[in-house]
Amino acid sequence: MIDYQQMLNDKIKQVKPSGIRRFFDIANEMDDVISLSIGEPDFSTPWHVREEGIESLRKGKTWYTPNRGFAELRQEIVQYFDRRFQVKYDENTDVVVTVGGSEAIDLCVRTLINPGDEVLIPQPSFVCYEPMVQMAEGVPVIIETKEENQFRLMPEELLAHITPKTKLLILPFPNNPTGGVMRREHLEAIARVLKDTQIMVLSDEIYSELTYGKQPHVSFASIDGMKERTIVVNGFSKSYAMTGWRLGYALGPAEILGEMTKLHQYAIMSAPTTAQYAAIEALRNGDEDIQKMREQYDMRRRLVVDGFRKIGLTCFEPEGAFYVFPCIRSTGLSSEEFCERLIRTERVAVVPGNAFGACGEGFIRVSYSYSVKHITEGLTRIKRFIDRLK
Amino acid sequence: MNTLLELLNENAQLTNAQLAVMLDKTEEEVAAAIADYEKSGVIKGYKALVDWDKAPRKTVSALIELKVTPKRETGFDEIAKTVMMFDEVESVYLMAGSYDLSVMVKGATIQDIAMFVSKRLSTLDSVLSTATHFVLSRYKDGGVILCDDEDKDERRSMLL
Repeated sequence: MIDYQQMLNDKIKQVKPSGIRRFFDIANEMDDVISLSIGEPDFSTPWHVREEGIESLRKGKTWYTPNRGFAELRQEIVQYFDRRFQVKYDENTDVVVTVGGSEAIDLCVRTLINPGDEVLIPQPSFVCYEPMVQMAEGVPVIIETKEENQFRLMPEELLAHITPKTKLLILPFPNNPTGGVMRREHLEAIARVLKDTQIMVLSDEIYSELTYGKQPHVSFASIDGMKERTIVVNGFSKSYAMTGWRLGYALGPAEILGEMTKLHQYAIMSAPTTAQYAAIEALRNGDEDIQKMREQYDMRRRLVVDGFRKIGLTCFEPEGAFYVFPCIRSTGLSSEEFCERLIRTERVAVVPGNAFGACGEGFIRVSYSYSVKHITEGLTRIKRFIDRLK
Repeated sequence: MNTLLELLNENAQLTNAQLAVMLDKTEEEVAAAIADYEKSGVIKGYKALVDWDKAPRKTVSALIELKVTPKRETGFDEIAKTVMMFDEVESVYLMAGSYDLSVMVKGATIQDIAMFVSKRLSTLDSVLSTATHFVLSRYKDGGVILCDDEDKDERRSMLL
């Protein structure tokens, strides 16, 4: 008999499983569930993009690509970054195309982190940063962002968490789950704190194209002096509704990207070939698709925020991504109690805020990546639920 | 406010309050814009999009290609207007190509439509010929997908 527990790596045993599985399990057992829980676009990939993928398959282009990704795609990526965010990169040395933004995050963390290095992680945020840092034997240091600061990372909070061991800051904006964004002046304030340090930055900008309001997204790499210390992670999943294609990329200093590429080469070989053909088309002719989807999300965003405020919950107005993060403390319930009762009584699935870090307690994440009809039905049920609690 | 029309075209049941929030306008502005559209005839009316295949009372639809002789003064308008007056007729388009008028017709049975074409349409003065195509199945209508399996949410991500 093999004692499998003895066989397992100690670090993987310490990684906690995702806390929201049970809500999905409850939801899956019920009929007529209105889910507002999913974190991916409801749109399908634009047809002209899908067609390029299909065409490449039809022609039998089914081989590996170069490790870093097709040169043509890397060229389109650097042109896009220059066009949209005014940052220049070299397509031969500063880019690696990855299996989604997630792989890029993993590569970056594993390439930079030595055992004991501290990694600053603002929370609430996407669930993968902490486990990846743990696996690299780094030390996650959580910085709580607050509703009264629009869930932004504040420079004084950052400063307070920096120690001689700090190696890396993760900057997850536009933010999942809060919808908080960092505008230029906020990023500049962060840059002032980092300027005289040796701290690197992993800027996860996967939701960059889903930024609302008059000002577009600002890449942290475009802030004066920050490019040399920043690894930008982005991808096609959210901006072009291409989640299932699994394609992302990292951009950054050649020395670091070279090492990340080495790891990528041994672990992955190359990102999916069909997806890369489709992505070239997306970058060349997809600006209008982005615009259309953003307008749709923006309308739903206003509808949902307004809906929650009318229901009587405080709801921070998100400026990015496709989530709202209303506060449910006034109900007297914990996030998990709220979500569990909501699904059992009204059959609406939302995600408890503490799934994104302990400081998310007292909030719920509601995705508006759904049709207006679906959203309005969800809001009606949530209203009924809240009214009955009173 | 083209977006307003698009929203209504997709779902005419949205309230002015909802539309106002989504469009970042006041309710009064939305109400005024809709009133203008109704008055100027941009918005012709509001109706439910029915999947008749699922309705208790079944109906049959057909697309009829009409070849007609245009009139010297009025061109195709006169015959088109005559055709559109029949209750059975759902839509009439003047087409470029191998025939002139495309007419969508709805009836209770195939026989009804056959009778309508042979007794009412074919006998009109300007009509030279007709070709009737019966609709077997409707997959998408008025921009809405009707076959259910295309409509399911297949998103299954477990992580966040």
